[in-house]
Amino acid sequence: MAGAATTLHWHGDHASKYESRSATREAPWVKGLILGLSLTFFAVFLLLPLVAVFVEALRKGLETYWLALVEPDALSAIKLTLITAAIALPVNLVFGVAAAWAIAKFEFRGKQLLTTLIDLPFSVSPVVAGLIYVLIFGAQGWFGPWLAEHDIRIVFAVPGIVLATVFVTFPFVARELIPLMQAQGKEEEEAAVVLGANGWQTFWHVTLPNIKWGLLYGVILCNARAMGEFGAVSVVSGHIRGQTNTMPLHVEILYNEYNFAAAFAVASVLALLALVTLVIKTWVEWKAAQAQAAIEK
Amino acid sequence: MAAQQHKVLPGFHLALGYTLVYLSLVVLIPLAAVFIKSSALSLEEFWAVVSAPRVVATYQVSFGLSLLAAAINAVFGLMLAWALVRYRFPGKKLVDALVDLPFALPTAVAGIALTALYAGNGWLGQYLEPLGIKVAFGPLGILVALVFIGLPFVVRTVQPILEDLDTELEEAAASLGAQRWQTFRLVILPILLPALLTGFALAFARAVGEYGSVIFIAGNLPFVSEITPLMIITKLEQYDYVGATAIAVVMLLISFALLLLINLLQAWTAKRTGRNR
Amino acid sequence: MSIEVRNIRKQFGSFTALDDVSLDFPTGELVALLGPSGCGKTTLLRIIAGLESADSGSVLLEGEDASHTHVRERQVGFVFQHYALFRHMSVFDNVAFGLRVKPRKERPSEAVIRKKVHELLELVQLDWLADRFPAQLSGGQRQRIALARALAVEPRVLLLDEPFGALDAKVRKELRRWLRRLHDELHITSIFVTHDQEEALEVADRVVLMDHGHVEQIGTPEEVYRHPATPFVYGFLGAVNHFHGRAEDGQVRVGEDLLHRGQDALALTLDQGAPVVAFARPHELDILPGEAGNLGVAAKISRILAFGVTARIELDGVNGSSGQHFEVELTREQVERQGLAEGQPVRLVPSRLKVFEQKGA
Repeated sequence: MAGAATTLHWHGDHASKYESRSATREAPWVKGLILGLSLTFFAVFLLLPLVAVFVEALRKGLETYWLALVEPDALSAIKLTLITAAIALPVNLVFGVAAAWAIAKFEFRGKQLLTTLIDLPFSVSPVVAGLIYVLIFGAQGWFGPWLAEHDIRIVFAVPGIVLATVFVTFPFVARELIPLMQAQGKEEEEAAVVLGANGWQTFWHVTLPNIKWGLLYGVILCNARAMGEFGAVSVVSGHIRGQTNTMPLHVEILYNEYNFAAAFAVASVLALLALVTLVIKTWVEWKAAQAQAAIEK
Repeated sequence: MAAQQHKVLPGFHLALGYTLVYLSLVVLIPLAAVFIKSSALSLEEFWAVVSAPRVVATYQVSFGLSLLAAAINAVFGLMLAWALVRYRFPGKKLVDALVDLPFALPTAVAGIALTALYAGNGWLGQYLEPLGIKVAFGPLGILVALVFIGLPFVVRTVQPILEDLDTELEEAAASLGAQRWQTFRLVILPILLPALLTGFALAFARAVGEYGSVIFIAGNLPFVSEITPLMIITKLEQYDYVGATAIAVVMLLISFALLLLINLLQAWTAKRTGRNR
Repeated sequence: MSIEVRNIRKQFGSFTALDDVSLDFPTGELVALLGPSGCGKTTLLRIIAGLESADSGSVLLEGEDASHTHVRERQVGFVFQHYALFRHMSVFDNVAFGLRVKPRKERPSEAVIRKKVHELLELVQLDWLADRFPAQLSGGQRQRIALARALAVEPRVLLLDEPFGALDAKVRKELRRWLRRLHDELHITSIFVTHDQEEALEVADRVVLMDHGHVEQIGTPEEVYRHPATPFVYGFLGAVNHFHGRAEDGQVRVGEDLLHRGQDALALTLDQGAPVVAFARPHELDILPGEAGNLGVAAKISRILAFGVTARIELDGVNGSSGQHFEVELTREQVERQGLAEGQPVRLVPSRLKVFEQKGA
């Protein structure tokens, strides 16, 4: 579903096979046209924005760049972003494994519906995702008066940010594991049980080794979204500098203050994070393909 | 959802129970809150909010541009997927990996980067503006942002289908005398079509709800370049919770309809390609 | 139409698929390309079709060099191993495809196409399936539809890649007979690839045996079965016993024993002591009871399988031939008359023997 159109899958390169056979290749001018158009499109829409982030970030020199990152508000934004991801990740990881275990290894009525419901957060606008928590925990929300009485702040405070982040990253791990575990079937687990393994041993020694790359893949994507989420967090945050600002929100504030160099400096850290995510993701795909090839040998 | 027979594997009730509780607490109950909250409005009041001219203008901007962006992505995404699967070219691994950039790059970062590129003094804007093409701070800017975030959806849904496509089918068509273009139109495209439509729908669904990458470049002029999600934020900032909720209901209903459509399309893809997923 | 291939070579990376192959396929014959997987037979078929291009050499169709003719202009009918039916098209549309993609000037009218498709579907006896989709057909039905589709464009030659490979044993037998009858009706020059010797011998007019990118032997089924030209062909066609030994005075010595066939010595012209391998089919071996005499190779009966008309006797070599296993076919009568029993020491004497020098040994 939306946001997770990418599932663990290694694109083995068979282009030479297609290019060498007369029945599966195009005339050179057609090939040139397709390559030219698609790569120009790629360069303009994907590559250029990425390059722009780094160029703009360093426009006023390294010192400005560095100062923008170590300034207290920036540091607190980095800290909050890390905290948020550190909570959202394990929570959704545990959920993802539990959901995939139930859905992939057992038969029950309503399974298809449950799978669709897990996907739901991907199709909800981030703004709506933020709004729902305002409606529940905000001053005018269901628990608003009660929370105010007990002096607990959720919306416009850190808990709200964490909640909204958990919501938007909710399906990542489950989404990755369900098809993977379904494809693997349950024979190996049944064999382990027949041999006397208990539930935990079965999971730890049989299931986990089989799904580790898919799990890591889901975690990486989940982490990227958790650290980068903007819309949902923006609604619940209240934009209090040094307190409820995550890195993307900090970027927005700096940008709106026309402090472009600083905004792009913080943005460049997020862009680096995105690149690291893509590198790890590619590496995981490659490792998973290797593991698969080793099994099939 | 009762277990019918004795389960060999352990943990079913624990796993399913935990899944249901967590799903309900994090997703279902909060989403239900939107609908319940909106019931504070009578049907006429609800209609008045969601059909106010300024709000209707945001639907036109959001849906019109999302459709256009998804269509652009369907065309270029298919071409890019084709190039990645069928051709050898230098830097291919890099291109393949970077296709997922919009998934990994925070939307706010994409937003300010695109604005910097297309603003009047930006890298691209300085050449486009003299030609009378104003991208940043207008509808065209929104389109650019929506194309950016939607591209990987099309590429990543079409690419695996294209990779699994049995070359024998193309060879059979060629041995029966079909020209390359006929083979593409009559044999390859019908097989890719469900996946292509799925990618289109995914890109569209994402674009309709998109906020972060759009608001920086949109200019946010009422009746011109204001998107629906921004309308919700605007209402919230005016403490018009009920109004915000009403618009959220409209967006949610559309999301659900799209989700249903996408599931149907994916089932069709599975049928057309013989995949069981 | 006749097909000739001249000095075809094809390399995939470091793997040589075809090494200087030249063959003639006369008009109207049904020829089998037979060999183990990786022998180059499918590659050769694909090169003839124009689906693959040779590194060097040429393909001549009716005497004309077609090496640079695109597959779509070669007018060859190709039936793919997994049929390659278009799953989003009905059976009718599949068969009509080749007619509908013709250039507008040559394209028959829809009414003509309709008539032609139904004729073809009748030919393959599946007219009643015209509106079905490939996924709704059985394997054998798909195979016949694939054939009808290939025939629709009136190909000059018909090429079939492992046409029965994906079918179960019973359907395979039926389809074999059916293909043979169809060929006798149409008389279109046809080549099919198979790794199944029984299939090749039963269906084809002529068999081409291939191994490691070389042609090992060409001949009618009877010729290649009765007079194998090389050790590979001997080993590949039918069950066979190998005796590894050395040449000695025009005879073959296996260990201490002399592999002797009755009175007439083998007219071997090999060097004294040259390593040889001798072949005898299971029905070409006799069993002499006891260890007495110097005739034949000593062996011990390990199992007697006597549930059919013929009995199969499995033996283990002893002394010089220990570690080797043999198989002999006798009638049940013979087994009873000789009183053979498991564990009994015997001697094996061939009634017919083919000896080859063992190369590289």
